Amino acid sequence: MIPAPFEYYKANSTDEALKLIRDFGEEAKFLAGGQSLIPMMKVRFARPTKLIDISKVQELRYISLDGDYIKIGGLTTHRELEKSSIIIEKIPVLAHCAHEIADIQIRNVGTIGGSLAHADPSADYPPVVLALNAVIVAKSIAQEREIPINDFFLEAFTAELRPDELLVEIKIPVMKPNEKAAYIKIGHPATGFSVVNCAVKITLDKEKIEKARVAFGGFVTVPYLDEKVGEFLIGKPANIDTITQASELVAEGREVIGDYYADADYRRHLAKSVFVRVMKKALEI
Amino acid sequence: MTAVIGKPIKRFEDDKLIRGLGQYVEDLKLPKMVYAVFVRSQVAHAEIKVNADQARAEEGVVAVITGEDIEGKVGKNFTAWIVPNSNQVGAEISSRPLLACRKVKYVGEPIAMVIAESKERAFDVAELVEVEYKELPAVASIENAIREDAPLVHEQMQSNIALKWQIKNGDVDRIFSESDRVIRQKIYINRAAPVPIEPRACIADYNFSNGKLTLWVTSQNPHIHRFYIANVLGIPEQKVRVIAPDVGGGFGAKIDIYNEELLACYASMILKRPVKWVETRSEHFVASLHGRDFLVDVEFAVMSDGKVRAIRGNSYANMGAYLGTVSPGVASVLHGLILPGPYAIEAFDYTTHAVFTNTMILDADRGAGRPEAIFVLERMMDLIADELGIDPLELRKRNYLPSGENIQTVTGLSYDSLDFSKVLSKFGEVSDYEILREKQKKARQEGRFLGIGVVSSIDICGFAPSPVVGAVGLQAGQWESAAVRFHPTGKITVLTGTHSHGQGGDTTYAQIVSEILGVPLDSIEVLHGDTDMIPMGWGTYGSRGTSTGGSAVYRAAEKVREKGRIIAAHVLNSKPEEIEFENGEYFLKSDPQKKITIQEVALHANVGWNLPEGVEPGLEAQSFFDPPNFTYPFGIHLCVVEVKPDTGEVEIQKYVAVDDAGKIINPMLAEAQIHGGVVHGIGHAMFENIAYTDDGQILTGSFNEYALPKAHFIPRIESYFTETPSPANPIGAKGIGEEGAIAAQIAVANAIIDALKPFGVKHLDGPYTPARIWKAIRGNLAKV
Ligand SMILES: Cc1cc2nc3c(=O)[nH]c(=O)nc-3n(C[C@H](O)[C@H](O)[C@H](O)COP(=O)(O)OP(=O)(O)OC[C@H]3O[C@@H](n4cnc5c(N)ncnc54)[C@H](O)[C@@H]3O)c2cc1C
Repeated sequence: MIPAPFEYYKANSTDEALKLIRDFGEEAKFLAGGQSLIPMMKVRFARPTKLIDISKVQELRYISLDGDYIKIGGLTTHRELEKSSIIIEKIPVLAHCAHEIADIQIRNVGTIGGSLAHADPSADYPPVVLALNAVIVAKSIAQEREIPINDFFLEAFTAELRPDELLVEIKIPVMKPNEKAAYIKIGHPATGFSVVNCAVKITLDKEKIEKARVAFGGFVTVPYLDEKVGEFLIGKPANIDTITQASELVAEGREVIGDYYADADYRRHLAKSVFVRVMKKALEI
Repeated sequence: MTAVIGKPIKRFEDDKLIRGLGQYVEDLKLPKMVYAVFVRSQVAHAEIKVNADQARAEEGVVAVITGEDIEGKVGKNFTAWIVPNSNQVGAEISSRPLLACRKVKYVGEPIAMVIAESKERAFDVAELVEVEYKELPAVASIENAIREDAPLVHEQMQSNIALKWQIKNGDVDRIFSESDRVIRQKIYINRAAPVPIEPRACIADYNFSNGKLTLWVTSQNPHIHRFYIANVLGIPEQKVRVIAPDVGGGFGAKIDIYNEELLACYASMILKRPVKWVETRSEHFVASLHGRDFLVDVEFAVMSDGKVRAIRGNSYANMGAYLGTVSPGVASVLHGLILPGPYAIEAFDYTTHAVFTNTMILDADRGAGRPEAIFVLERMMDLIADELGIDPLELRKRNYLPSGENIQTVTGLSYDSLDFSKVLSKFGEVSDYEILREKQKKARQEGRFLGIGVVSSIDICGFAPSPVVGAVGLQAGQWESAAVRFHPTGKITVLTGTHSHGQGGDTTYAQIVSEILGVPLDSIEVLHGDTDMIPMGWGTYGSRGTSTGGSAVYRAAEKVREKGRIIAAHVLNSKPEEIEFENGEYFLKSDPQKKITIQEVALHANVGWNLPEGVEPGLEAQSFFDPPNFTYPFGIHLCVVEVKPDTGEVEIQKYVAVDDAGKIINPMLAEAQIHGGVVHGIGHAMFENIAYTDDGQILTGSFNEYALPKAHFIPRIESYFTETPSPANPIGAKGIGEEGAIAAQIAVANAIIDALKPFGVKHLDGPYTPARIWKAIRGNLAKV
């Protein structure tokens, strides 16, 4: 299929990209890996009249350790995250998450910034960055700001980013020895996108759970941090009973989406099951 | 003997395809070519008004053709199967108008053809064609379509029934009343799409200097395309040339003659420019035929010892809005006749129905009517086994038809050759069936739910002979042509009327020729897919390529060998009776040192300097082979699954296929066909589903929703063969292309339902998605 006509511009630096978007306004869109935008343009769901290609902006492509944070440039590809020795060592759950995305061809070009900006409720990163309590750094010509991940996902396919802002960095706290994390997705057989996905980060105090961040995607229109489940876990022993009890609270009061393949009833139930699996995986029980 | 037949030769076809050097229709570009895009209906049933004024005025637009523009100027796209004694609806109702005129009857129906100087322009301008819809009540499912008060797809009809065809033999009612039990089940086999890797495409090029029309098209049967173009567009058949170059898979989707292809021809004739159309991936889901979608309600009369004595029931196949090229046969003949499968049944009364709905047209999707029949039969066998407490494999053993040749069935078929004892003994060696049942028992005690599906299947392949094909209503022959031509240098060209689009026909035919003529494989070139080059032939589908097409090649090669013998005798100063032929050499029986190679004979024949009297020059022969019977491959497939009751997820742990397709020419290609078929069947059972809303909106209109099996969903497939030669052709080969798909869909289904037995689940319709399995478990748990 063929996209509607558009003009193509190539930015060689962050500044250049930001200037172009300031000048063009809302009719323009950034083109990163193109793995979400181009498919949408091909079926003409998306019809930007101008594309600003940022895929060659090398300064936004990095993974570095900076004190208590890992900093990831917005243009870092899924494949780079999956293969990065820093990520594998410091936040292995993120490497695993990146590995779960699509196939190697797509992971070679798709970027974490593009995926987060796209805010697909079935994508792999959202629950993981929620559980890991990441911080998003967004930049426009006028300013640079930090957005806590809890405030980032607004609606299906809408993130807390202004049209003239570029997602330049993702900051993720380095995992401590008493912190355990895991991620599992149940993919749709057609696309591999999540029917349900879940990520957890558990802080242990000996046998007890001191803190818990439990996040879900796939079965809701906006990936979210399940605070009810998280709160329930606090102070509880890290065992099967606790997990089973907590699973009853998953998605409580939430509107769940469904389709002909997996309806809402099933997804709600599946979310509980996946939560149990993720917790067992994180706690290695 | 050279013994090339039976060797796992690597396919010649693959090298260029793997290197990306194939020539598909999309790869071709002609000077002055223009591009077509279709505006399609967004709704299932409506009166329409089309306004193309704005689109026509756009720069770069060559033409916009609407239904009203062509009404009366071109024919309609008619079905080629008229089932006798079925009250089949007439062509004036069942034929597809090439473009919808005033009314649309399904989502995706072509409304306007936009032709522009570039592909990009064509897509842009297509958006400017305005279609006003006044919606009418629509019907999408069989159940809704056969209701008394159902909205009519064709208002001229009294109901949505397009045909009704009954098969009856024996005193069914008496046997039912005598039987110990009657087991009844309503079974629905959901709709699927064939989805070949290459979507459909065509380029039509009308040469107005000589009135010749050439169509390059993704076709499984170029000569049938030629016939249709000549008929629908009123062009003399000799003025139509159809070329099917490299074609990336068919699975039935490229049997049908489609409106887009006929319209491309028409447009090229009026525009005097080549017209290209390439289906988009998503368009395939609304523009290319669908398969399956059968609702069957059957009863089996059985004795306590498991003997099945009689079957009666009704089937309903969803035809979509019009009849496809062969869909009436899919709904009736190809389905009903095989329903008793490999079992000895005394009496049978089965009525098949074809039903119109406001959905895309249904036709032959790998198996075409037979997978649905075997699905129903083997589902019923498991229900019976369960009801009577007999092991499912044992139950089947108690019902098999005897081994032998020309075995008569209750539906009047004559199975060419059958030997389940051989298949069973191989299956016994390789399957571990009893051990698996033990494992299953143990697992259940541990709260794990294994399921075992073990099914017998049989397929109708290589439809023949042609008079029988005609008698059951197909407006065509089903013989096949071949030519074997020796060149002066001793190299060979083989022409076949079949069409290879992934099966490996070129390699297979070369093996046959090499075997008979004793020539090296690399001196043989197999050509197909060009109606100006190839004698009349019928294409490839229905697993006929080797048994029918290969047999024509076999016969033609034999004729060449025999003509060569006459020439050899002359050159060797002897008589043909005195000449032996072996390993590519003719020699004197009495003096084997006196010999001549077949290549030397070919040179003699081609120069014609020294030929026996009355023998024409040239060394070439044609064969038009019409087999005396269908071929019936059969087999036993086993599938082992584990179901996670908490989420309904299924893991396939083991898959074993034991098939008998007669003489195997190339075991590697035979295995590949089984592998591909099994993957297809697993896909159909577990993921593939074309879903419509009740009012005819398609829910699975792209790969975002329609799931094909991926490599990581597929277990290791163990494939074995036994060889019971077919008496229906000189090779002894049977069809093999559909067998895997037929057996696998039900093997998987039965395995899953078997796993669900502890939850009280006796039957479940597919697709067997986790959500549906979870619901089935929960539904039944609630009852406990
Ligand atoms: C076949 C297929 C399978 C896939 N499977 C999965 C899967 O299993 N799981 C999964 O999570 N994803 C999957 N994806 C999506 C993939 O991960 C995409 O790469 C990702 O969603 C988008 O990243 P991108 O760099 O390609 O962004 P693009 O497609 O270039 O852009 C996406 C959107 O984000 C905007 N954008 C891009 N970069 C920035 C930035 N730095 N700042 C602000 N806005 C920006 C663009 O303007 C656009 O609106 C799949 C994609 C395909 C094609």
